[in-house]
Amino acid sequence: MEFGPVLRAMMHNRSGYVLIALQIAVTMAIMVNAIAIIQERTRLMARPSGIDEDNIFYLSSLVFQPDVDQRVMIDEDLEALRNTPGVVDAISTNSVPLRGGGWSMSLQTEPGAEVDGSGTAIYFVDEHGIDTFGLNLIAGRNFRPEEVVWNDPQSNRWPPAGILTRALAETLFPDEAPADVVGRTVYINQDNPVQILGIIDVMQAPWSGWNGVERSMLVPERREWDYNRYVVRTEPGSRDRLMPQIEEMLATRSQERIVMDMRTMNETRKLSYLDDAALVKILTFITTLLTIITGLGIVGLASFSVSRRTKQIGTRRALGASRPAILRYFMLENFLVSSVGVGGGAILAVALNIWMVEAFDLAPMRWYVVPVAMLALWLVGQLAVAGPARRATLVPPAVATRTV
Amino acid sequence: MFRYYLKLGALSIRTNPILSALMVAAIAIGIGACMTVVTVHYIMSGDPIPNKSEQLFFVQLDSWDAFDPYDDETNEPPDQVTYLDATALLDAAEARRQVVSYRVGRILQPPADGARPFEVSGRATSGDFFAMFDVPFVFGGGWDRASDDNGEQVVVLSRRINDRVFGGEDSVGRRILMNGDSYRVTGVIDDWNPVPKFYDETTGAFNDTEEVFVPFSVAIDKELSGSGNTNCWQPVPDGGWQAFLNSECVWMQMWVELHGETEWQAYMDFLNAYVASQKELGRFPRPVNNRLYNVKEHLAAQNVVEDTVQILLVLAALFLVVCLLNTIGLLLAKVLRRSADISLRRALGASKRAVFAQYVVEAGMIGLAGGIIGVGMTWLGLTGVKGLYAEMEFVKKLVQMDWIMVTTAVCLAIASALGAALYPTWRAVRIHPASELKTL
Repeated sequence: MEFGPVLRAMMHNRSGYVLIALQIAVTMAIMVNAIAIIQERTRLMARPSGIDEDNIFYLSSLVFQPDVDQRVMIDEDLEALRNTPGVVDAISTNSVPLRGGGWSMSLQTEPGAEVDGSGTAIYFVDEHGIDTFGLNLIAGRNFRPEEVVWNDPQSNRWPPAGILTRALAETLFPDEAPADVVGRTVYINQDNPVQILGIIDVMQAPWSGWNGVERSMLVPERREWDYNRYVVRTEPGSRDRLMPQIEEMLATRSQERIVMDMRTMNETRKLSYLDDAALVKILTFITTLLTIITGLGIVGLASFSVSRRTKQIGTRRALGASRPAILRYFMLENFLVSSVGVGGGAILAVALNIWMVEAFDLAPMRWYVVPVAMLALWLVGQLAVAGPARRATLVPPAVATRTV
Repeated sequence: MFRYYLKLGALSIRTNPILSALMVAAIAIGIGACMTVVTVHYIMSGDPIPNKSEQLFFVQLDSWDAFDPYDDETNEPPDQVTYLDATALLDAAEARRQVVSYRVGRILQPPADGARPFEVSGRATSGDFFAMFDVPFVFGGGWDRASDDNGEQVVVLSRRINDRVFGGEDSVGRRILMNGDSYRVTGVIDDWNPVPKFYDETTGAFNDTEEVFVPFSVAIDKELSGSGNTNCWQPVPDGGWQAFLNSECVWMQMWVELHGETEWQAYMDFLNAYVASQKELGRFPRPVNNRLYNVKEHLAAQNVVEDTVQILLVLAALFLVVCLLNTIGLLLAKVLRRSADISLRRALGASKRAVFAQYVVEAGMIGLAGGIIGVGMTWLGLTGVKGLYAEMEFVKKLVQMDWIMVTTAVCLAIASALGAALYPTWRAVRIHPASELKTL
C-alpha cells in the first residue's frame, strides 16, 4: 500500500533516520545484555542454601586468655544453649553457608597424590548438626554421639566418616544414584579414608561465588580453636527475642573470652549477594533510563519531521487523504526505522553478549531475550511516535493553499 | 565575534527550549552514568604508592603441586609464599629491603578499669615494613632489626587504636596487653589507607589497614596462625605448629625493594637459583616459574578491579554513545529547521567558516551545560552506589570524586557535544546561500 512512497520519502533525508536506527540498535544491545545479566544474577540469588535460614543466627566466641580449657567451655556453652527455652538446637562449627569464609578440602575416590580430586566445603559438626541447620537427610544416617571426636592438635588425621551433599556425591560418583553411594569410601588428604554415612539434599558451601557451591561435607569433629562459632536454631518467631539474651548469657558465662559478630542468616544472605542485588538495581535503572531517552529522541525527531512537513500534509489532506491515512504514514515510517534499528540491534546485542561471555565469564543469554527486546523497542517507537503523528492528523487541508 | 556567536547560541537555545533541554539532559545523563563508573574504576585501578610503585616487587614462587598448577587458566604461581621460603629469603637479604607479613587477629585488653577487651585486626611483619612502604607515623616509629631477631614483644598501633586506648597521647614506651601478653609501643601510625591495599589483597583489595603491627618472629613464636587465606596442596604432616611451619602451605606475602633493571635481574636470578637449590632437596616439583611483579603489575595480575565494574564500564560507555546519537539527531533537526536562516546569512555574505563557528559555539554551550549538570549527576550516581552498598564499608573509599574526575567529566561533556556537533554543522555549512530563500 503506502510502503513505497514512505520509503522513497525517507530516502530523501536519510541521515536523520539512520541516526535514529543506530540509536535504537545500540539501545537494544545494552538492553539485551543488561536483561541477560539481570536474569543470571536473579537466578543465582534465588538458589536455596539448604538450611533453615529464617530461624538461624550465629555468633563467635573468642578466647583471649591462655590456659583456658576449651573442651569444657564449649561443652558447657552448648549445654546452656540447648537448654535455653525457644532454642531448637545449637552446635559449635567453623562456618555457615553464604558467610564467605570457610574451610575447603579435596575428596577423591582413589587414594594417592596423583589422583584428581573434587573440592568441597567442610563443616565440622556433632550429631546435632543436621538438626541445627535444618538439613534434609535423604539417604543413610546421622552421626552417632560416639563417632564425634575432638581433634588432636598434633595430628592431621581426619575422622573416618562423613555426610555428603547430593551434589558432591554426584560429582564423585557421576554414574550412580546418590542413595547408592552410602557406605562407600572416599579419600581426604590424599589417603585418609572417609566412609559416606549419609546424603543430605542441599547445603551450600560458604562461598556463594564458587562454581562448586553445592558441594559440602559434614565432618564429625570438634575443634579447639580460640575462635569458636556457635550456630543456633530457634523456634519460629523467637529468633529476634533470643539473640540479645543469648549474647548476654555467653558473655557473662566467662570473662576469658569476648562474644562478637552475632548475625542472622537473613543478614548473611543479604551481605553475600549485596553485589548482585546492587548490579540488578543499577542495570534495571540504566535500561529504564535508556529506553526513556531513546523514546524522547524519537518524539523530538518525529515532532520536527511533522512540523517540517506541515504543508505537505495539508496538500495530501486537500487531495483527499483521510486522517487515518496521515496517522498510518508516520506510524509506518517509524515502524520501518525501528525495524532496521532492532534488526541491527539484534546482531549488535548477540555480538556484545558473545564478547562479554568470553571476557567476563558470564552465562550466555537466553535466546528469547532478543525477540522480547525487539518487540519492546518496536512498541516504544510506536508509542513515542503516536503523539506527533496525532498532531499531524490535525493539520487542516487549507494549509495547502496558504504560503504558495 | 566569539561573543556574538555566544549571543546567537543563547538566542537559539532560548527559541527551542524543549529541544535544547532534551539535548542538555541527554548529555548530562550520559556523562553522569559514564563518569560514575569511570570514577569507581579510576579509584580501583589507582596507584596506591606512586613514589615507589616501580621499586616494590611482589615475590611469587611456584612451589605448587606437580600434577596441578595453582591457577589452571593462567599458570600464575601462588600469590603467597611458604614459611620456609619467606624465612630463607629474609635471611638471605639479597634485596635492598625485604618484608614478609601475614594477617593475625588479636584481642586487646585496655588498661582502664572496666573497659571491655575488644578484637583488633593485626599484621605480623618484619621491621622493614614501615620504611619500605613509606608508612607515616604520628609518634615514634617501627622497631629495629634487633627486636625482630630477639623476638621482642613490641607493637605499632594505628591512630584509631591509640585514640581509643591512650586518648590520643604519645604512647611510645607504654605497654598494652593483647591475649594475655604485654607489648611495648614503639610507634603510632598516622591515617594510612592505601587504595587498593596493595601489600596484601588476598582477603579483599579494598579492606582497611590493620590496627596493630607485631614482629613476625613474635607471632611465629606465639604460634599465631594467619587470619587470612592458607592454601595447601599437600597434607600437613602430624606434629602440630612446627610441622605446619615446615609444610608446603602458602600463607604469607613477601615484598622486596629493588632499584632499576639490573637489581631486578639480579634478584630474579637469585630467586631462580634458590628454587634450583630447593629442587635438589626434593621441593618445588614444578618447572621454575617465579614472578617478580611491581605494584601495578601485581594489582593487574590479581584482578583487583572487579568484573562487575568492568561490565558496567562497557555498558556505560555504550550508554554515552546512545546519548550522543540522540544529541546528533536533535542537533541535525535543529540545523535543518533553520536552513532558511542559514541560507539567508550566507546570501548576505557570511562565510562558511562563520556559519561553522556559530554552530560549534552553540554546541559547545550545550556541552558545557550538559557537563556541569553531568558532574551533579555523577555525584548523584556515586551517592546512589554508596547507598546500594551501604553494608560494605570499603565501598565508601571508591565513590569519592576528586578534581581530576570533575575536570574529566566537564571536558568529556564538551568534547562529546563538539563531536556530536560535527556532522550537523557540516550539513549546515553545505546549505547553499540561495537554496532556501525561494520558499520564504
